[in-house]
Amino acid sequence: MSRNERRRFMRQAAGAAGALLLGGCDALSRDPRAGKVLDSAENLTRAAQHLLTPKMALAPEYTEADISHGFKPNGSTDPQEAAYRAMVDTGFRDYRLAFGGLVAKPFSLSLDELRALPSRTQITRHDCVEGWSAIGKWKGVPLGGLLDRAEVSAAARYVVFRCADKYDPDGPLYYESIDLEDAHHPQTILAYDLNDAPLPISNGAPVRVRIERQLGYKMAKYIMAIDLVESLDTIEGGKGGYWEDQGYEWYAGI
Amino acid sequence: MPDPNSSDTLADVRFRPDQSRTIYRHTLPIRLMHWINVLAMFVLLLSGLQIFNAHPALYWGNTSDFDRPVLALGAFQTPDGELRGQTTIVGHAFDTTGVLGASKVNGELQSRGFPTWLTIPGSQWLAMARRWHFFFAWLFVLNGLAYVGYSLIGPHFRRDLKPTRTDWRGIGRSIIDHALLRHPKGEAAARYNVLQKLAYLIVAFVLGPLIVLMGLAMSPRMATVLGWVLDLVGGRQSARTIHFIIAAFFVAFLLVHLFEVLVSGAANEIRSIVTGRFRIKVAKGDTDESK
Repeated sequence: MSRNERRRFMRQAAGAAGALLLGGCDALSRDPRAGKVLDSAENLTRAAQHLLTPKMALAPEYTEADISHGFKPNGSTDPQEAAYRAMVDTGFRDYRLAFGGLVAKPFSLSLDELRALPSRTQITRHDCVEGWSAIGKWKGVPLGGLLDRAEVSAAARYVVFRCADKYDPDGPLYYESIDLEDAHHPQTILAYDLNDAPLPISNGAPVRVRIERQLGYKMAKYIMAIDLVESLDTIEGGKGGYWEDQGYEWYAGI
Repeated sequence: MPDPNSSDTLADVRFRPDQSRTIYRHTLPIRLMHWINVLAMFVLLLSGLQIFNAHPALYWGNTSDFDRPVLALGAFQTPDGELRGQTTIVGHAFDTTGVLGASKVNGELQSRGFPTWLTIPGSQWLAMARRWHFFFAWLFVLNGLAYVGYSLIGPHFRRDLKPTRTDWRGIGRSIIDHALLRHPKGEAAARYNVLQKLAYLIVAFVLGPLIVLMGLAMSPRMATVLGWVLDLVGGRQSARTIHFIIAAFFVAFLLVHLFEVLVSGAANEIRSIVTGRFRIKVAKGDTDESK
């Protein structure tokens, strides 16, 4: 082989090896056994992050000057479900947020009743799983106090948010879930105001949840009901959320 | 130079052909950690590009000012309906159709940040790319910690990586030698040269920890304790941009690293990182001079 031939051969060999590796990664991506191995990192990440950060450590809060111009709406931005449209038509007058599941005292609140409760206002950063960030000023009711009022039973492990929107018109209603630690975090609020105005439809009217130490897809919009459950296995795809059922991590702390 | 294809000549016998001896250059742990790192970096770089593709733009500051990206890979339609890929770097646009912004997916030109042959997985699939990225990030971190521990506790750092006073004095000459592709011969080839030492030190002890730190600073949970890092670099989007830039430095290092392997005797270099054994040629001239 001449020098040039050898060079060409090495280039082609490197190209073929690269293609083989990439093809291999694609094949592994579709293999559930490989998926299990890759998934193991999620628990490791969650455990490490819980070890390295205090339980109730606060996410950074910002000033009015840092607020993004136009908080980018993402996911569902204008739900077309009939039940939701009916509420929009009456200005959410008949909206009731229901607390249920594994609680001793189920109850529900109208929007006015929710607004009348002690609130928390926070200017926080919203990080989308896609990579972009926006800062908004949120006002809402801390979820922890509402859970205390419902008297969560000892068996309950997760808080499930039931939503009015379908991201995929042929799919299930959006839902999300968090553990009780995040539910009781002081910055976890049921927000009804964004930047000093009622939450717009595109950002989740009338109520969305803020979970400031996780990514955007955890922060369900258009929340209708909040259920306490022992296990997520029997809800929809069993992974604890709409995007989780599509393969995204349940723990979205990174 | 004697023609290697010719039969032994009198001259060869008289002056003796090049002498060579084999040294044990890389210990087993170093070789293992090197190859684990190759695997981890390969997956991290390409799954990273797939993650980037979910929102193919970089910003400076805490938030994304969508009108003012530092870097954006996008696509637009020309008046005659043709799709063009465009790379915008701080306001300057370049046509990069076919590679960046728009490239072929199953034979059809589509809007896409990086092309399918540079991403894991190939097709648009953010959830899966994140799984690959975070799994191999753990491998990269644990392997990196093992390397740093091994180097500092054992003799590797002190003996092989730390530049000596002679090294520092010869840095100018080393730069010229590298530029002219002149490589150390004989006994000098047994050691890392000063530029090589500095490159390894910067990559392993500066860029490695920094890219991990920037990755962690992007995590909303870790931001509860890494707020100072975000403040230092200007915000979360800055951290994301720096994470990307350091990855580009890694690619640059990789290219130079592979180039040096090729020009300084690929077979010998590759054997040394596989088996540990490295052959040093002691040229006739050298032996004569050293007498």
